[in-house]
Amino acid sequence: MEASLAVDLLGIQMKNPLVVASGILGTSASVMQRCAREGAGAVTSKSAGPEPRTGHANPVTLAWNGGVINAIGLTNPGCREEVPLLRETRGRLRALGVPLFASLFAPSVEAFGEVARVIAEAEPDLIEVNISCPNVGSEFGTPFSATAKSAAEVTAAVRKAVKLPISIKLAPNVPEIGRIAQAVVSEGADAITAINTVPAMLIDAYAGKPVLKNATGGLSGAAIKPVALKAVWEIAQMVSVPIIGTGGISCGLDAAEMIMAGATLVGVGSAVALEGPAVFSRIKSELEAFMTQESYPDLASMRGKALPPK
Amino acid sequence: MKTTVNHRSLGGIMRPYRVANVLRENETTHTLLLNDRLPEAQPGQFVMAWLPEIGEKPFSIHANIPLALTICDVGPVSHAMVNLQARDRVWLRGPLGNGFDLRGSKYLLVGGGYGAAPLSFLAQEALQQGGEVMACLGAKTKADLILVDRLTSLGCYLRVATEDGSEGSQGLVTEVVEETIDAFQPDCLYACGPTGMLLALADLCQRRGLPAQLSFEALMRCGVGLCGSCELPEELCQRLGLPGGWLVCHDGPVAMIG
Ligand SMILES: Cc1cc2nc3c(=O)[nH]c(=O)nc-3n(C[C@H](O)[C@H](O)[C@H](O)COP(=O)(O)OP(=O)(O)OC[C@H]3O[C@@H](n4cnc5c(N)ncnc54)[C@H](O)[C@@H]3O)c2cc1C
Ligand SMILES: Cc1cc2nc3c(=O)[nH]c(=O)nc-3n(C[C@H](O)[C@H](O)[C@H](O)COP(=O)(O)O)c2cc1C
Ligand code: FES
Repeated sequence: MEASLAVDLLGIQMKNPLVVASGILGTSASVMQRCAREGAGAVTSKSAGPEPRTGHANPVTLAWNGGVINAIGLTNPGCREEVPLLRETRGRLRALGVPLFASLFAPSVEAFGEVARVIAEAEPDLIEVNISCPNVGSEFGTPFSATAKSAAEVTAAVRKAVKLPISIKLAPNVPEIGRIAQAVVSEGADAITAINTVPAMLIDAYAGKPVLKNATGGLSGAAIKPVALKAVWEIAQMVSVPIIGTGGISCGLDAAEMIMAGATLVGVGSAVALEGPAVFSRIKSELEAFMTQESYPDLASMRGKALPPK
Repeated sequence: MKTTVNHRSLGGIMRPYRVANVLRENETTHTLLLNDRLPEAQPGQFVMAWLPEIGEKPFSIHANIPLALTICDVGPVSHAMVNLQARDRVWLRGPLGNGFDLRGSKYLLVGGGYGAAPLSFLAQEALQQGGEVMACLGAKTKADLILVDRLTSLGCYLRVATEDGSEGSQGLVTEVVEETIDAFQPDCLYACGPTGMLLALADLCQRRGLPAQLSFEALMRCGVGLCGSCELPEELCQRLGLPGGWLVCHDGPVAMIG
């Protein structure tokens, strides 16, 4: 019998667990619609903040076989402009049976609540709260994901502002990510997204200079899969809310491993680089083939398989 | 419609090159001949060129043995590029994008302004494969033309149009193209240049039932299909019969029409 990839996230029905990660082609209704058409189970929009931002100057991204490094710098039209874009996108995705997750960020705890209130007007299926972008540190100070206290404060502010389901997106570069997950869940997070990119940089020996215009950026793709697996595996042992496991997923086996670490959904970002959005239908059919071959009838039967016995 | 060509790459990290020689094409446009080649490159593909402290911008591959870029001075990065001297360094990642696909045996190449840059690489490949190449070059005035001699010496037939009539026919290159289609009966049209010219050519080719491969430009940031900044506007996609969400860096820069 063919394995089923269908999944229910907090009452949101999805045809498969693959989610377009935030910041990957989430910039327009047409491009998000394309991702949905090409097989994504859900689409996350590019993080929007209180005001428009052009982001950093080039070079902003480099991609090689081992991974991707980026310092895009949260380019976005500002949350007010984002609302009509999200509404249009939501309409187009609904027609395809694909939910929309709206990502947002802000420079202060209060601003997180305000931006969330604005974004909620577009009625996305879920709000993803990006408290972990490593690329705007010099402007916004330490990411809110750095301590359980600041992560919890942001969660509380967003929880107070909106009724929609919220997922808090965590950073990998903390000593105990499980504790941070616990703190945000106790303040009302419905789900956890993990991980954002790993702080990193490239230096060119011939130039004697950092390559990214912003000097530092975030590492993603194949290089960080083991980091992401460990983060999700730890979070799954500390909280019982669903996890959107993200980081270095580029094939069906990667997705299976992420689900075995405890993820309910699997985010895919950097893997879009070589193949384009067609990568979703490939990962989907590889995952389905693996499950069928290994006799997993559905995702639930595989979820958390690699976790230690309770 | 065909969008996937299998020579797409991730571009990799920055590779340092040295300028071996500089050819002056006109007042504002220079061709940089570099000291090495890209691992592999197809006509129509592009590179992201980086000068530390200055910036990084996309440029078409003009030739690959040796690697050459033709740069028109329009802003900070291109200005610094045209002022490079022999032995200076420039860093590249690439090749990126899909590139042209040679179909049939009679090729009509159309270049507007510095848009002619990728056409000499294409002409070289086409002639090597035994094809016949007709090139139509257009520019505002004689001083803005590039590659006239290069394309002729490669063995292309050539027609030129300038808006002020200072060289070749007076008018837009699209008018010359219309006549050339009748006279030359090409199997496919290949073009690179301003968006307005590409759209006019798309209409013309659709009317004539002639397949076209049009190379578009857009604001490029990541260059590898992740950031969304180079998406072709939806109205343009509809007009050209391309699927929505078409990315110039990933699906293009060459759009296959008809
Ligand atoms: C796939 C691709 C291939 C390209 N190939 C080439 C190439 O082979 N040779 C080449 O010279 N350029 C090429 N370009 C264009 C080149 O990337 C831009 O001209 C680039 O923006 C120059 O960077 P800059 O920092 O010098 O100027 P910018 O700061 O980017 O631009 C300065 C100002 O000039 C304007 N501008 C940009 N381009 C033009 C133009 N063509 N004519 C008039 N004004 C302009 C901008 O809008 C801006 O206001 C290509 C672009 C793409 C997307
Ligand atoms: C180019 C690029 C832009 C990104 N922009 C955002 C963003 O705006 N908001 C966000 O929460 N994460 C952003 N991320 C992080 C991804 O959503 C994801 O968490 C990370 O890349 C790990 O997944 P991957 O290895 O599959 O890419 C971005 C990643 C990349 C590569
Ligand atoms: S430049 Fe980033 S998607 Fe094309």
